[in-house]
Amino acid sequence: MSIRSLPPAELVAAARSGNRRAIGRLLTLVERGGPTADAITDLTHPHIGGAHVVGITGAPGAGKSTLTGQLTRILPERGLTPAVLAVDPSSPLSGGAILGDRVRMDGIAGDNVFIRSVATRGHAGGLALSVPGAVRVFDAVGFDPVIIETVGVGQVEVDVVGAADTAVVVVNPGWGDAVQANKAGLLEVADVFVVNKADRAGANDTRRDLELMLDLSHVSGQEDESGYRPPIVMTTATDGNGITEVWDAVQAHREHLDATGKLAARRAARLRYEVQSRVARIIETQIDGVISASVLDPAVSPAIHAAAIADQITSV
Amino acid sequence: MTEEHKIRVVLAKLGLDGHDRGIKVVARILRDAGIEVIYLGLRQTTESIVSAAEQEDADAIGLSMHNAGHLVLAPAMMAALDEADLQIPLIIGGIVPDVDVAVLKEAGVAAILGPGAPAEEVVSAVRAAVAAAVT
Repeated sequence: MSIRSLPPAELVAAARSGNRRAIGRLLTLVERGGPTADAITDLTHPHIGGAHVVGITGAPGAGKSTLTGQLTRILPERGLTPAVLAVDPSSPLSGGAILGDRVRMDGIAGDNVFIRSVATRGHAGGLALSVPGAVRVFDAVGFDPVIIETVGVGQVEVDVVGAADTAVVVVNPGWGDAVQANKAGLLEVADVFVVNKADRAGANDTRRDLELMLDLSHVSGQEDESGYRPPIVMTTATDGNGITEVWDAVQAHREHLDATGKLAARRAARLRYEVQSRVARIIETQIDGVISASVLDPAVSPAIHAAAIADQITSV
Repeated sequence: MTEEHKIRVVLAKLGLDGHDRGIKVVARILRDAGIEVIYLGLRQTTESIVSAAEQEDADAIGLSMHNAGHLVLAPAMMAALDEADLQIPLIIGGIVPDVDVAVLKEAGVAAILGPGAPAEEVVSAVRAAVAAAVT
């Protein structure tokens, strides 16, 4: 009997004994959702060990995959067993996707790292529906840390990284000035900054702009009350320069979470986020039902229609 | 709220073959047909492809070959899949002379797509190979 057709309980047992195909299959089933995914959540729950969840985000081309690959190379030397969820967008038109993160990790990532490519699959929140479940599978079969790599160009991605224990934001020289740094919402979720491609001109300017932004957080009272200030690490991921320092910074953040008791709060936020995503998915389905059923009258203001339809959906 | 069963295909170039124009076109064709493509890129080995297929729970593997190595590489890939006990259909695209098609089919390759194969043919070959494997 093929491993792919094993029932969930046997899959979980096989996965926990190290069978990679079983792990791969569990991730597929969790991604599909529905009763099987819920059953897997129940089965894996007793084995959740609290793996450190690290989110890595940044603009396309910032070097996230390369950085992630380098991390997975050095982590086993520290006795860690990393797994990676590499998230890329689905086409909004076809629902298909080209998941290319493995290309950048090729020849860099550690031999025994488990890398899974994940497509966002359309709906806002679709990402969240599959990512927390996949993190739980990795955790339950013994991977630690779990690294989630996402393109940080939208609120969904910011949410996902914000729902990690430690959020690493990757920027590059020439990405913008201090004003950009202050208006970019992405930066506010960072626990660790990485200035990648630091061998390029302008790297120190970027560092200075980030430092200035963090200084202003102090002025405006937005800084962490326990005095935690996100460190800025300079890297050249293609050469592996600065990678050790990135992990040291991630570790230091984890220790800060442990010392201040904030880890529990982070994880509670993660659960809240997952619930929110599920509700969003349900409502989205209802919206489609109502809008396709309603006759849109151009004589009536679209705003009135929108308000009426929204009332109709939420009053159910 | 069960998701539809999305097809996931691993695409790669096996061995020393830098001609990746075709595989990029195929990746795009499959994406635009609603398929999830896990793109491994150039200079892969049978081991790296097996490893990726396991981790990605791939429904099919597509290899692009333009270096006249298909009579060696395709059977080697089939053997690696057998050894790993992976029953995943293998599809070969690229330059395969007509006389070699039967040889590759005999070796267990599910489909062979030549140059200029229309998008519909590429997509239906993948869907058919996946459907045949699932039963």
